[in-house]
Amino acid sequence: MRKRTDCSVLKNALKQPLMLSLLLVLLGQVSCTPNHPYPKSERAQPIFYSTYSEPPKHLDPAISYSSDEYAFLELVYEPPFQYHFLKRPYELEPLTATNIPVAEYYDADGRKLPADTEIEQVNKVVYTIKIKEGIKYQNHPCFVKTKWPEAILNDVDHITDFSEVATRELKAIDYVNQIKRLADSRLPCPILPIMAKYIDGLDTFAGALVKDLEAERKRRSEEQGAAYNREQDERVNPIHLDLNAQPFPGVKLIDDYTYQIILKRPYPQILYWLAMPFFAPMPQEAIDFFEQGILRDKGITIDRYPLGTGPYRIEKYDPNLEYVFVANENFHDEFYPSTGEEGDREKELLVDAGKKLPLLNKIIFKKEKESIPLWNKFLQGYYDTSGISKDSFGQAIQISTHGNVEASEFLKDRNISLLTSVSPSTMYVSFNMSDPIVGGYTEEQRKLRQAFSIAIDMEEYIQIFANGRGTSSQSPLPPGIFGYEKGKAGMNPVAYYWDEKSQSAKRRKIDEARKLLAEAGYPNGKDKDGRPLEITFVNSWYSPALGPRIIWFEKQFKKLGVVMKNETSDYNRFREKIDQGNFQFTMWGWNADYPDPENFLFLLYGPNSREKYKGENTSNYENPEFDKLFKKMETMPSGPERLGIIREMKDILHKDSPWVGGLNPVAYGLFHEWYSNAKPNAMYRGALKFKRIDHVLREEKREEWNKPRFWPLILVVVLLGLGTVPAINTIRRRGKATA
Amino acid sequence: MNIFDFTIRRVLYFLPVILLVNLLTFFLFFVLNPPDMMAKKILGDKNVTPEAIEKWKKDHSYHLPRVFNSEEKGFSKITQTIFVQKSARLLKFDFGKSDRNNLDIGKEIRHRMVPSLTITVPMLFLSLIVCISTALIVAFYRGTYVDLWALVLCVFMMSVSMLFYIIGGQFIFGKLLKLFPISGYESGIYSWKFVFLPVLVGVISGIGASVRFYRTIFLEEINKDYIRTARSKGLSERVILFKHCLKNAMIPLLTNIVMSIPFLFMGSFLLEIFFGIPGLGNFTIEAIDAQDFAIVRSMVFLGSLLYIVGLILTDISYTLVDPRIRFK
Repeated sequence: MRKRTDCSVLKNALKQPLMLSLLLVLLGQVSCTPNHPYPKSERAQPIFYSTYSEPPKHLDPAISYSSDEYAFLELVYEPPFQYHFLKRPYELEPLTATNIPVAEYYDADGRKLPADTEIEQVNKVVYTIKIKEGIKYQNHPCFVKTKWPEAILNDVDHITDFSEVATRELKAIDYVNQIKRLADSRLPCPILPIMAKYIDGLDTFAGALVKDLEAERKRRSEEQGAAYNREQDERVNPIHLDLNAQPFPGVKLIDDYTYQIILKRPYPQILYWLAMPFFAPMPQEAIDFFEQGILRDKGITIDRYPLGTGPYRIEKYDPNLEYVFVANENFHDEFYPSTGEEGDREKELLVDAGKKLPLLNKIIFKKEKESIPLWNKFLQGYYDTSGISKDSFGQAIQISTHGNVEASEFLKDRNISLLTSVSPSTMYVSFNMSDPIVGGYTEEQRKLRQAFSIAIDMEEYIQIFANGRGTSSQSPLPPGIFGYEKGKAGMNPVAYYWDEKSQSAKRRKIDEARKLLAEAGYPNGKDKDGRPLEITFVNSWYSPALGPRIIWFEKQFKKLGVVMKNETSDYNRFREKIDQGNFQFTMWGWNADYPDPENFLFLLYGPNSREKYKGENTSNYENPEFDKLFKKMETMPSGPERLGIIREMKDILHKDSPWVGGLNPVAYGLFHEWYSNAKPNAMYRGALKFKRIDHVLREEKREEWNKPRFWPLILVVVLLGLGTVPAINTIRRRGKATA
Repeated sequence: MNIFDFTIRRVLYFLPVILLVNLLTFFLFFVLNPPDMMAKKILGDKNVTPEAIEKWKKDHSYHLPRVFNSEEKGFSKITQTIFVQKSARLLKFDFGKSDRNNLDIGKEIRHRMVPSLTITVPMLFLSLIVCISTALIVAFYRGTYVDLWALVLCVFMMSVSMLFYIIGGQFIFGKLLKLFPISGYESGIYSWKFVFLPVLVGVISGIGASVRFYRTIFLEEINKDYIRTARSKGLSERVILFKHCLKNAMIPLLTNIVMSIPFLFMGSFLLEIFFGIPGLGNFTIEAIDAQDFAIVRSMVFLGSLLYIVGLILTDISYTLVDPRIRFK
């Protein structure tokens, strides 16, 4: 009897949509953390969860050139060198190489020259790189065979669908292959123009490959006639380019474990490039394997499924949802460093010294487009680390009584720590030096820009628009780069003065800017005809969030009586204006490729002018004196002599002021107590192999922080239910009345 | 004329429309935004040389002339052009590859349709149940305080931005009550856990406008003679409302519902973006952000096609619910 009653109650309940919803909710809450976004199988594992907002465009080491992509790429690929995880300033150390090679100089007759030879006498520079023996690739089907039967390929949707995998030892030829790949125009490699300036014969080799490619394309076009569609044709039937068919003197295989890179002239920065995935090994088997038409047609390419000797291998490629990397079973012996910089031991950064890497067995990158869900999931313990968006800054950060930035009490209660680090990058206000009004090198034109450099208050900009996360720059060199100097020595004397009392640089008074402006021929911001000076700010700041920045810039010029006109256009038009030198001033930025002053000062080197030579010198600055010093500094080892030259170059820049104002962003990172070995390394994104997670503690905290509250939902459902009772009764009553 | 002939005729009517849409999108994407611009955007900021731009254009067949290739011979003068290689091929549903990362667009559309439908289909049905029931009740209480306050509430709900519902839903159900994941997606059977909240938010956000719309339709029917006749015959209000009134209000309801069916495939832009659902709405927004015109072009084409399919389906459905309407 009792049983029947229960069933009828359930039946009645199911008739009500609201009750059904409630039942669904309750049935779903089988675990005690119903908002847990991860499957149960993952919860008891030391998995690191990270996020990305944009999926990487490329994972081919010859193409990829973005720090976001390197977070994925450097888990898999191993170039010969890497940056030491703990030491600062950044220091190169061998990764797959046995040592850091020393450049060997040769003259035009092939005779070896001593190391201290004058640069002008050097005709050829050779770097001999020896790699460690016994390093193995991750397991991959390409090492079983490079041409698989069509029947098998037709059934494959992902690289993990292959039933057979194998490995082989890393050989020097794989590095040689990759350097040759950089010349393949189909990729295309973004650093080819830079490398072609230094690596012997690279430009000629690239040209020869283009000819081979075009000849094959022409043949196919003629063969297929009007129906020829290159994109479609090469997707199904990729062109095989024989990289060994053309001579290339820039790289030489010595033996199984040794290869040489031959440069046309001294370029010590090549060692930094050799720590980037561009110079990671690429086995010929992988090139041949991924050239199978069926795989390419299915989108299974090296650009999506990286293959290397690194600590992790890709297990899941789903750019719309997640990327999963698991520990490489064949990873060679690499151990957590036992030395670091001063204070690392106290910060418990050497606890894992000597342990075999990697310390995490899985890394999952989840796609999170919006900052609010990301932030809340971090607070719930579902992400191990987080940055701080502008929206959550107030909740995350507080200023201590000593003026220090620290994590808020709310975060401290959850044992969340804050880590800050100055990024090796710079953002700057760039004047177009070829513009007749704001550009030029006369004393008046210099004074005009000097006046602007005082008026544009970057300290205020940083406070308003970056929540104080940055430091105003005194030169193109950001902190952490050789040549950057703190205090009075590093100060820009044009825009700042040294305040002895506070021992800090203070921005000069606006009256000084007005005086300079008058000397430049614009008293009170008016030209000789009494009309206000008008200058145009070009940008692509369409977003409403960026609107206030434009207003802020207007305000800076208004202080001098100068009228700022704004020209916001879409990104492409904006780029066009910059490329053609059709602008007066803009805001631009640069992230370091490597920690060397050359990588920043070349942004002002004349032969890199954007307008004339399509280089990275967007302000089109050309000063023969500066250029001469740059050429001298470029190849010098870092030391007092180089520092002296850099100081001279900075003095010239302060005087000419092609860039006025600027900031070096400070990155703020938060991490939970279960995340160990947190030390920012802006140069090495693959540093996840050094990190450790206490997953037991993490799961405990997740359960503690995510206890569900059902009662408000039940209350709402009950109230809604009660609310419908009078309505139903009225309908019934009216029904009866009608009947 | 039977249903088959009618459908064929309608499809033929719409073919020129599809062609026109194709031409229009070609004009918009290739004339107003030249391939050089696309290359610059795709290749990024660092070390981009004119040679790299030329190479990119060649590799993506954007180096070809737009509509006529005088360098080619015979029929190739027409086929070896951007229009045929990039735009006209959409007509045979060959969407090609994305400009940014060489994704197979056709494959992506097929994959992403599933998460979109996982959200939009339950949203449509739940929304219909909730909104039609509520509208019938409100119509029943027409002219009373219930009607007045329901209208006020509906106007209020219509005035609130969708973003507010999304962020509020995430805050209340995900952060405060901790009942659902704030965002994310899982394929397969576990997807419901991630789908429940966006569906709930989608349904709630649509209540205001839909209830008002359905109420108007029902009120129009409720005042008709046949309802009065039904009442005079002594039928109960429940039968009058749910049987007679609902059935006769089907034409405007169907126009609304059937038209929305094809767009279920396109997903919901905002819901997908904020809840991290990897559907077609998300796909389109990301492509617009990245200026990946190969994807945007394909989605515009698909959207126009689905719109036309919606119109044909609506025409057909009329005859099913109203015997007075015949194919002509």
